[in-house]
Amino acid sequence: MKAIKFLLAGIFFGIVMFKSEAASWYRIFEMFQFDAFHMYGVMGSALVVGVIGIQIIKQFKVKTFENEPIELCEKQKGYKRYLFGGTIFGLGWALSGACPGPMFTLLGAGYLPIVIVIISAIAGTFVYGLVMKHLPHY
Amino acid sequence: MDILSEPWPWYISGPMIALVMLFLILSGKEFGVSTNLRTICSALGADKASDFFKIDLKAQRWNILFIVGTAIGGFVASLFLSETSAIPLAENSIQILNSYGFTDAGEAYVPKAFFSFKQLVENGNLIYLVLGGFLVGFGARYAGGCTSGHAISGLSNLQLPSLIAVIGFFAGGLLMVHFIFPLLFS
Repeated sequence: MKAIKFLLAGIFFGIVMFKSEAASWYRIFEMFQFDAFHMYGVMGSALVVGVIGIQIIKQFKVKTFENEPIELCEKQKGYKRYLFGGTIFGLGWALSGACPGPMFTLLGAGYLPIVIVIISAIAGTFVYGLVMKHLPHY
Repeated sequence: MDILSEPWPWYISGPMIALVMLFLILSGKEFGVSTNLRTICSALGADKASDFFKIDLKAQRWNILFIVGTAIGGFVASLFLSETSAIPLAENSIQILNSYGFTDAGEAYVPKAFFSFKQLVENGNLIYLVLGGFLVGFGARYAGGCTSGHAISGLSNLQLPSLIAVIGFFAGGLLMVHFIFPLLFS
């Protein structure tokens, strides 16, 4: 039953994705056109609260709800995988108008063709797993 | 209920996303949605094709529940919390999109040209959804994370690799919208 909190957190996240319009193909287009502040405001204000929250967790050595120490994973050093992978992701994000979270929000909201995007994203993940050894990472 | 059914302003939405991330951290987890795509691959048997998919599925159960919730959240928001799905899009974006043939820009949540099965087939836009989804899945795993893992979690933790990834997200997005869209749609 402890797992139900993750379902509830997901429901909350899904509502926020829909209501913030971060799940809108049009909003993503507008963002990359620099025609509106909206999406930058969403991400910027998330970061302000996120940075402060994580600093508090680190400074005060906040424990988890189960009273375990919190270990935030450090991303591996290097730049190639982040730059190349990130650029590939960005091309797809602008074209499909959906990053992985909003894909599922749109599915629930009844925009059913998003199933095509989800299946393709799973296929893309699979192909990465097959060819990753041949790609520059660091 | 009026406040709930209006589109939420950025200064409400953004902090709520951060709260989701902080809640997951306080639960001993990390906010990263695209990891689920790898989990789905593993569950479908991809572990036989690559060691990359040999993961402990049980340890990912919470995250799968999270995206099931994300879908339910979309259902709840669209059904109960929205009077209109029109997006108050910037005028300049609407004009460009109209010239591309996206006639419902500013009036719909997503373009019908992309989100109606009939038009997908008739216009041949199906290939764009397939390609777009593929690039998102491939790129997210190559970069080691998506918008949630890098742009929100990584940047909040002041990780330089995440900043590089986010620069990549924007390089790709700008390239697509400013250079490739004019070739595809005009």
